[in-house]
This record gives sequence, C-alpha cells and structure tokens, in this order.
Amino acid sequence: MSLTLTLHTQPTVPLEADAIAPERLEGMTPDQISAVALQYGNQRAQIGDFFKVEGTCNGEIRVAGDASRVKRMGSGMTRGKIVVEGDAGMHLGAGMAGGEIRVQGDAGEWLGAEMSGGRITVTGNAGHMVGSALRGTRKGVEGGEIIVHGNAGNEVGSGMRRGLIAIGGDSGDFTGVNMLAGTVVVLGRLGWRTGAGMKRGTIVSAQPAELLPTFFYACAYRPVALRLVLAHLRNLGLPVTDAQLAGRYRRWSGDGVELSKGEIFLLDQQ
Amino acid sequence: MQINGIPVADTFAEAFAMWGARVLITAENEKWAQAAARTMTGFATSVIGCKCEAGIERTLPAAETPDGRPGVAVLLFAMDSAGVGKRLVERIGQCVMTCPTTACYNGLATEESVMVGGALRFFGDGYQASKLLDGRRYWRLPVMDGEFLVEERFGVQKAVGGGNLLILGDDTAAALAAAEAAVTAMQQVPAVILPFPDGVVRSGSKVGSRYKALIASTNDAYCPSLRAVVPNTQLPEDVGCVLEIVIDGLDLPAVEEAMRRGLQAVARPGIWQISAGNYGGNLGQFKIGLHALLNGAGGTA
Repeated sequence: MSLTLTLHTQPTVPLEADAIAPERLEGMTPDQISAVALQYGNQRAQIGDFFKVEGTCNGEIRVAGDASRVKRMGSGMTRGKIVVEGDAGMHLGAGMAGGEIRVQGDAGEWLGAEMSGGRITVTGNAGHMVGSALRGTRKGVEGGEIIVHGNAGNEVGSGMRRGLIAIGGDSGDFTGVNMLAGTVVVLGRLGWRTGAGMKRGTIVSAQPAELLPTFFYACAYRPVALRLVLAHLRNLGLPVTDAQLAGRYRRWSGDGVELSKGEIFLLDQQ
Repeated sequence: MQINGIPVADTFAEAFAMWGARVLITAENEKWAQAAARTMTGFATSVIGCKCEAGIERTLPAAETPDGRPGVAVLLFAMDSAGVGKRLVERIGQCVMTCPTTACYNGLATEESVMVGGALRFFGDGYQASKLLDGRRYWRLPVMDGEFLVEERFGVQKAVGGGNLLILGDDTAAALAAAEAAVTAMQQVPAVILPFPDGVVRSGSKVGSRYKALIASTNDAYCPSLRAVVPNTQLPEDVGCVLEIVIDGLDLPAVEEAMRRGLQAVARPGIWQISAGNYGGNLGQFKIGLHALLNGAGGTA
C-alpha cells in the first residue's frame, strides 16, 4: 500500500517538507510518519500537524490537496515516486538524484534545481528557475529530466550542465542562461535573452524568437539528434507534432561572448 | 530420412562460437539506409578472409527505428567481442558515416558492450557534441550534409556462426533454384544472417591445404569436377552442382530455426541430397544434426 498524505491544514507560511521523500519515510508506521519533524516558518512542526497520514510508504507517496505552500518535497530523493495531486510548492525535487515526481497541477519556483537524476513531470505550469543553479553556484541540473506541460518562468535551465528540460508552453526570459551543456526544449515561445552566456548545450524552440546579437546563424537542417529528443518527449506525453519532429531547424551558434559552442535551434517556419 | 522424397544425409552442421552485434542504420529514406547497410556488409562473407561476417537482418519500418526514419538492421559477427568492436568502428566509420543522411544505433540490449561512437567521435575534430538520453549517449559529428549521429556503445553477445546446408543438385539451375528458395525462407527468421552473396556460397572450404600458407582450401570432397579423382568424394554420380548456405545467428535456436526452414524449402525437384558441412566434430562448439532438426530437436553444444 502506498502512503497518502492529505493536507488538512493549509500552512499560512511556507512549510519546509524535505522529509517527504520515499526513502525517508519507508518502514515507518503512520504514527511514526505523523511525528516526523518539519520546519514551519521559524517553528518546528510535524507532518501530522498538516497532513492526514494513511498507509505506509512502499516506495510511493501521494500528496493530496493544495500543497503550493509546501516546499522542498522530494528534495534530494534518490528513488521511489511522489505523486502530487494538486499544486506543489517551491524547490520540489531540488537536488534529487533518482526516482520520479509527478505533479498533477502547478509547481512553484526552483523546480528540480540542481537535480542530478530522476524525472519530474508537471502537468500544469512551473515558476521561475526551473532546473537552475542556486544563487552563488555555477552548475544547475547535472542530469535527469524535467517535463513541464504548461508554461515556465524565467531562467529555465540556468547553469545547466547535463540532462533534459522540456517546456510544453512558453518559457520566460533568460532561458538557458549560462548553460554549460544539456538540452532545453521549449515548444512554445522563448522570452528575451535566450542562452545568454551559454558555453555549450542545446536550446530548441518550435516558435520564432528574437536572439541576442552574439548568436550567429549557421544553417537550416534536420538534426537527427533533435528527432531523438523530440520523439522521447512525445513518448513522455508532450504534444510534439509531426512538423516539429521532422521539421527543419535553423541553427544559431553562441553565445559569442563565451565559447560559441552552444546552439539554439528554431523551427524553420517556411 | 527424406523431405518430399529428397534424401537428407544423417550428418550435422558444425557451428562455432562467435560474438555478434546488431546495428540499426537509419536514413532520410530507405534507399540510403540500404546503401549504407549494403556497403557495411560488403566484403564480410567469412572471418577467414574478412575478419568478420555481416549481413542485413531485415528492413525496419520507420515506426520501429529510434529516430522514426526508415532503417535497416545489420548483424555483424567476429570471433571475440574485441574483434566485433574493431570491425564496427571500421565499418560504421567508413561505410555508414560516409553515407548521406544516415544515423547509427545499437540494436542489442546486453550487459557487455563495445565502444563505437565514442571512438568515432574524434573525427569531429573538437566540434563533436553528445546527447545523453535515457541513459544512452549519442555522438553528433558535424559532416558536410549536417550531422552524423552514432551511439556511443554497442551491445555484444555470444553468438553462433557457421550453421550450414549443402545442396546437392542435378545441375546449376536446379541447385540455384533450390538455394534461392531456401534463402528466401531462411531470411524470414529473426536474428540470423546469411553472409555470402545473396546468401549462397559455391566455394565451400575444408580446413588446411597442401600449401603451407593457406589455412583453408577448396572442399574437394564436394567438387563435382573432382569426383573421379579425390578418394573421399561425397557426391553421387549424378550430382553436377553443390551450393552451400551458411547461417550466422545471435543464438543457437535462431540458427536451428533458419536451417529447419531451409531444409523444407530446398527439397525440390532436381535435388539429389541435402547435407551439411562439418569437420568431424573436432573444431566447432555446436553440432546441429539435420535429422534432429527435422524431428523437432535442437543441436548440441
């Protein structure tokens, strides 16, 4: 039986819930889980203060209710699965190294920040800093996948080193800023200053975009690697069209203020 | 024992332990996928002279390939896993990468693997890049038509080479017709290839030679023109042509199934006998008895 945590009391300030991860709750009885400590503002609290606990954790946790003020769920997790039946708060899956998180709603800022493995899927929108480096560090995502079906905010994939981030809708400004490697796919529109400072890595958009003057047009072609990535995303449920899958992409190299080994692919609209 | 009145010799095919890999080649259309596959599998009839044996396993519809383009599955065999790796690097580098629009993927999920794309990447001269997807790394090499995509590692597994059938016919026409029918039937079996020209070999060999430099020489016991002069001829008086079909497979059951289908297909008018080649059972690791195959039993290792 999987563990179900149903929110019965809405926190008025963010609830730090990094204890909600499969490996941290496995083997515990419901009473023990209820007594697990959380940080609530400047106070100590327990899971039972906010959640009704049902079942035991067999590797899967279901979180029911509006958890948009519940932060850090699944952060650092290495295995198992978390399903959030509603919205999730900031830092969901931050630093996770394995396992799967699925949000059936929206997710807050810093989704999957600095993660190194596993997969996060958000059926709604995500806030700023999806899969990005924390302030003061250089490396963002170092592996794993983040799939957002809706829109995402600014600085998606900031400092990304490896892995795959896909946004089904639009992304905000500075998508892929300071990227070191990895892949960011945006099926909708990119905001301003995409790829600023990127050294390597790939940013893809299925829509036209205004790029920085430090990106240089190379050619229009059909990179097979993109087909692989897009087919993979389609298999994961993103609505990738045949035109996007097999289409011709215009390749821009940059950022010219760095190595110019990064690339931005924009679907050729002709 | 007979099939359709054609005698089947009470003998066995002597097969060998090899290592195999499956290569999936895709391209913009089937023409170019086939071109790459044909080129890659050229000069790969026998490990004796070609260092590997390779052939086209089947054509892949776009829906079955990793990138959704038309493709071809190729099997390549060598005597050890390192040999498979070296031949893959050579042949993918020279025959697939050079072919317009192609990409190349591993087609075997095995524990052991060899480095292929990871070696070919240096052709990119520093401009190569890789993508890691679902735990598999793909190398992107800039080439003059865009990019050549090749998977970093290819799975290898123990395999079986040298399954065979000998078709003893009245004349060339009868033996060829039977061989062609057998090839058509055997090519329907997954995980096998028939490495010789269109699946058929006329220059069957025996071990050794009167010339010290040669490790193999013509199989004189099955040469009709030598029937009157070699003491150990295996040919009845009316046999005017012998053709052989060699089968390599990723496992023994696949080779056996291909041989079983071949036996049924080859039993046609104009055929005097169906036999198989062996070395007295002293060299190969597998003995595939023809009668046992027809009785539904498998070979022995």
